[in-house]
Amino acid sequence: MTLHRITLETGADLHTFRKAVRWLIAEELAPQHVMFAIDDAPGLFGDETVSEAPPVAIPKGVSRLIEQVVCHSDPERYALLYGLVWRVLNGERDLLEVASDPLVHRIDLMARSVRRDLHKMHAFVRFRRMPGELERFAAWFEPEHFILEAAAPFFVDRFRSMDWTILTPIGSARWDRHELTFGPPASREDAPDEDSFEEGWRGYYESVFNPARVNPTAMRAEMPKKYWRNMPETAAIPGLIQTAAQRVERMIEQEATMPAKRTPERAIQAMWDQEPKTLEELNAIIAKAGPLVPGATQAVFGEGPHHAEIVFVGEQPGDQEDLQGRPFVGPAGKLLTKAMREAGIEREQAYLTNAVKHFKFEQRGHRRIHSKPTAGEVKHYRPWLMKELELMRPKLVVALGATAVLALSGKATPITRSRGRATFGPYQGYITVHPSYLLRLPDEATKREAYQAFLSDLHRIHDLAQANLETGELPLAAE
Amino acid sequence: MDEKLSKKLRILADAAKYDASCSSSGAPKRKSDPDGLGSTVGTGICHAYTPDGRCVSLLKILLTNYCLFNCAYCVNRRSSNVKRAKFSVDEVVTLTVEFYKRNYIEGLFLSSGIIRSPDYTMEQMILVAKKLRRDHGFRGYIHLKTIPEASPWLIEEAGLWADRLSINLELPTEQSLEQLAPEKDGASIETAMAQMFERIEEAREERRHFSPAGQTTQMIVGADETTDTDVLRKSATLYGHYAMKRVYYSAFSPIPDSSAILPLKSPPLMRENRLYQADWLLRYYGFDVDEIASSSEKGMLDLDIDPKLAWALKNRHRFPVDVNRADREMLLRVPGLGARAVDKIVVARKHTTLRLEDVARLTSGLKRAKPFLITADHHPKARLDKLDLRERLIEKPEQLSLFV
Ligand code: SF4
Repeated sequence: MTLHRITLETGADLHTFRKAVRWLIAEELAPQHVMFAIDDAPGLFGDETVSEAPPVAIPKGVSRLIEQVVCHSDPERYALLYGLVWRVLNGERDLLEVASDPLVHRIDLMARSVRRDLHKMHAFVRFRRMPGELERFAAWFEPEHFILEAAAPFFVDRFRSMDWTILTPIGSARWDRHELTFGPPASREDAPDEDSFEEGWRGYYESVFNPARVNPTAMRAEMPKKYWRNMPETAAIPGLIQTAAQRVERMIEQEATMPAKRTPERAIQAMWDQEPKTLEELNAIIAKAGPLVPGATQAVFGEGPHHAEIVFVGEQPGDQEDLQGRPFVGPAGKLLTKAMREAGIEREQAYLTNAVKHFKFEQRGHRRIHSKPTAGEVKHYRPWLMKELELMRPKLVVALGATAVLALSGKATPITRSRGRATFGPYQGYITVHPSYLLRLPDEATKREAYQAFLSDLHRIHDLAQANLETGELPLAAE
Repeated sequence: MDEKLSKKLRILADAAKYDASCSSSGAPKRKSDPDGLGSTVGTGICHAYTPDGRCVSLLKILLTNYCLFNCAYCVNRRSSNVKRAKFSVDEVVTLTVEFYKRNYIEGLFLSSGIIRSPDYTMEQMILVAKKLRRDHGFRGYIHLKTIPEASPWLIEEAGLWADRLSINLELPTEQSLEQLAPEKDGASIETAMAQMFERIEEAREERRHFSPAGQTTQMIVGADETTDTDVLRKSATLYGHYAMKRVYYSAFSPIPDSSAILPLKSPPLMRENRLYQADWLLRYYGFDVDEIASSSEKGMLDLDIDPKLAWALKNRHRFPVDVNRADREMLLRVPGLGARAVDKIVVARKHTTLRLEDVARLTSGLKRAKPFLITADHHPKARLDKLDLRERLIEKPEQLSLFV
C-alpha cells in the first residue's frame, strides 16, 4: 500500500488537520499508511488531495486534547494525534482513561508542555508603554510552542481597556480596545526597549528576595532561563545569588542593637483607645461605610434619647425612612407609634432603631419595593448594632420581628416560638412581631386580633421596663 | 516612576517578604469591564520567581512599616532600628495599577504595621482596596491582611473588597504569643477568624462577595519551642474550625536588626518543607495528626524522609499494596504516589492490568513506591522488611540552602 502524505501549514494548523482526519477516516486509512508533513510551500511532492468528508464523532476529551497538542512544536504531533484518533475509533473508545498507555502518556506530556507554555506566556509577558501621548503598550515574547492565538484571549479579558500588542517570532496579536487581530511575525526591535516602571519593578523584585532562603534550582525549575531575556527583573538575579550568603552572615553576626528611639508609651496607650465613644461617632462610621447593597439614599440611624430605658429594634428602613433619614416614619412606624401610645409608652421616651441601617429594595416601575435582608447582610450590620446597645445600656431591648431577633441573638429563631421575654447577651429582651406584619394580614378580623396581641406585648414591655426601674427585679405579673 | 516612590517601595517590600503567602488562587473567575482593568483565573499566576524559588504573584507590600507593636520575631517591631517608610493610599493604588498594566502582578497583597490604632490602620488598607475597585474598576486579585485588634465592622467591610483575608497566627501557642508578641492575643485572633469564617460561608450561600477566596494564616516555625506535632495539631484545628484555605509555614529566618530575645540561626527550611508535606497528608490523603505523630520522633518529623514514607516504614504490616486491586484510600498511603497518580491508576486499571512500567509513567516517585507495591510483574517480597530500607530510600537533599 502507498504512503499518503498530508501537508499542513507551519503553526497550529487545526483546520487542515481536522479536515484530513475526516477524509482519512472516511477512506479507512490506518496510521501506518499516512505521513504528515509540515511545509510552507505545499504541493512540491505531489501531496494527497484531501477532499471534504463528513465529520467524525470523537469523545470530547480527545478533541480537547487535539486542540492543545496541535500547538506543540514537535513535527510528529499530527502523526501521534492521528494514531490516537484511529485507536479511539477502532475499539478503544476509552483509551484516554488509560493514562499508562505509552501513546496516551506521550500525548499527555505534550499537552502538558503546551499548557505550561501558555501559562508561562500569561505570566511572563512584560508590557512596555510605547512612546507617544496615547497610552499604548507592546510586549515582545518568545513562546516555545505555537500558542499565540490560544494565549491572546486571556490578555483581552484582562486588559480590555488597554491598547496593546504582543509581538512574537511566530506572529503578533493586537487589541485596539474593540477587536483582536493577528498579524505577521515580528522582531524584538519592534517593541519599545524600556519602560519607566521597570526600574521600580526590579527594585521590588530584589527586595522581596530573602537571601537566607536562596535556592536558584527551585527558581529555574519554575522560571527556565530561556524566558529570562524578556523579563526586566531577571537582570538582578546573578547579583542576588552572589551576595546572598554574605548578607545572611552579616545578619547573623550582627549583635542585637539598642532601640535608637524611646518607647512611645503615650502612642501605645492611645492606640487602644480607638472605639467610638458616642452614638454620633458610631453613626459617622456607619455613614462613611456606605450601603452594603447599593441603592439607599442614606443610612438611617436610631432615634430617641440616648439613655432610653427601652430600645426597639426593627428590621431595616423602608422607602419613607430612606427618604427622610429617620426610622419608623412610614406606615409600619405610624402603627407602632399608635400602639405604643395606647400601651402607655411615649415614643419620645424610647429609642427606635433598625438591625440593618440601609434600605434595600427592588425597583418596580416608580415604586421601590422593600426586599428582605439576607442573614449574611443582617450579620454584616450586627457589630454596629451591638456597639449601639453597648453605648446605651438600655434596660430592655425589644426585637420587632425575626430579623431583629437574628441581629440581636445571632441565631435565626421563628417568632411564633420565641415570642415573649428573652435575653440578648447581657440585655433583658422581649420578642414580638414587626408592625409591618400587622399591615400585611389579609382580613380585618385577624388583623384586629393580631393588633390586640401586639398591644398586650407592648403592655408587658411597658410593665417590664417600669418594674425594672423601681426594684431592679422583674415583677411576677410580667413573667 | 519617581525616585522617592522607588525607595519606599524597596523598604516596604523588604518589610513584607516574611509573609509566605503570595498566592492569587481561589477567586471566582472574573473578566475586566470595557473600561476597567483586571481579571482573575482560578489557580492564580506566578509572574516571576525570585532566587529563593518563591513565586511573585501579588504586589506584596506594607502600607507602612512603622509599628506600635513589638513582636520579637518581626523586622518591623517598634524597637527595631530599620529604615521606616509609609505609602499614601494613592501611592499604593498607582503602583498596583501601573504594575498590573505591565503584567508584572496578579494584584495586591496589602499588609501593614500598626500606626495610630488598629482601626485607623485597617481603615487605610480598606481605603486602598475600595479605591482600586471603585475608581479604577480593578478586577484583579486583592488580598488584605486583617488586623484582629481592629473593630469587627472593619472586618465586615474588608471582606467586601478583598478576594482573600488573612490573619497570621504566627505562633501556635498562647504561651509563645505572650512571650514573643506581647500586644497580640490568641483569643482575639481566633474571634476574628471565626467572624470571617461565618461571613465567608454565608456570603457563599447567598452568592454575595465576601472574601470569596477564603482565609489563610501563617505560623512561624523555629522561633519558639513548639514541636511539629503541636504545630500540626494547631493546623488541624484551624482547618476544622475556620475552614482555612491554607495554613502557611514560614521557617524563622534571620532579619536585619534582630531582637536580643530571639537569637538568629539559618532558617529550618527542611523542617518547613516536611511540615507542608504533613499538612497535605492531613488535607488530601486521609491522615490524621495522631498517625503522623506516631511516626515522628519526640514530636518532630523525620527530616531525611517525607512523612508519608516515615509512616509507611512504621506500618509495614499494611503493605505491600496491590496497585491493581487496593482501594483508593490505601493507594493514597503508598509513599511516592501522589493523589493525581492514584486517580489515574484507579481509572486506568478498569481497562488494563498495570505493570511496573505503567506505574512509572504515572508517577515520578516510583523508587519510593516500589518496596510497598505489587504490580502484575512485581512483588517486593522480603525487601519490604529489610532493616536498611529507610537508609536506602533517603533521597539526597537537593540544594535547599547554602548552609545546611
Ligand atoms: S504587629 Fe507585630 S508582626 Fe505586625 S508589623 Fe507590627 S511588629 Fe510586625
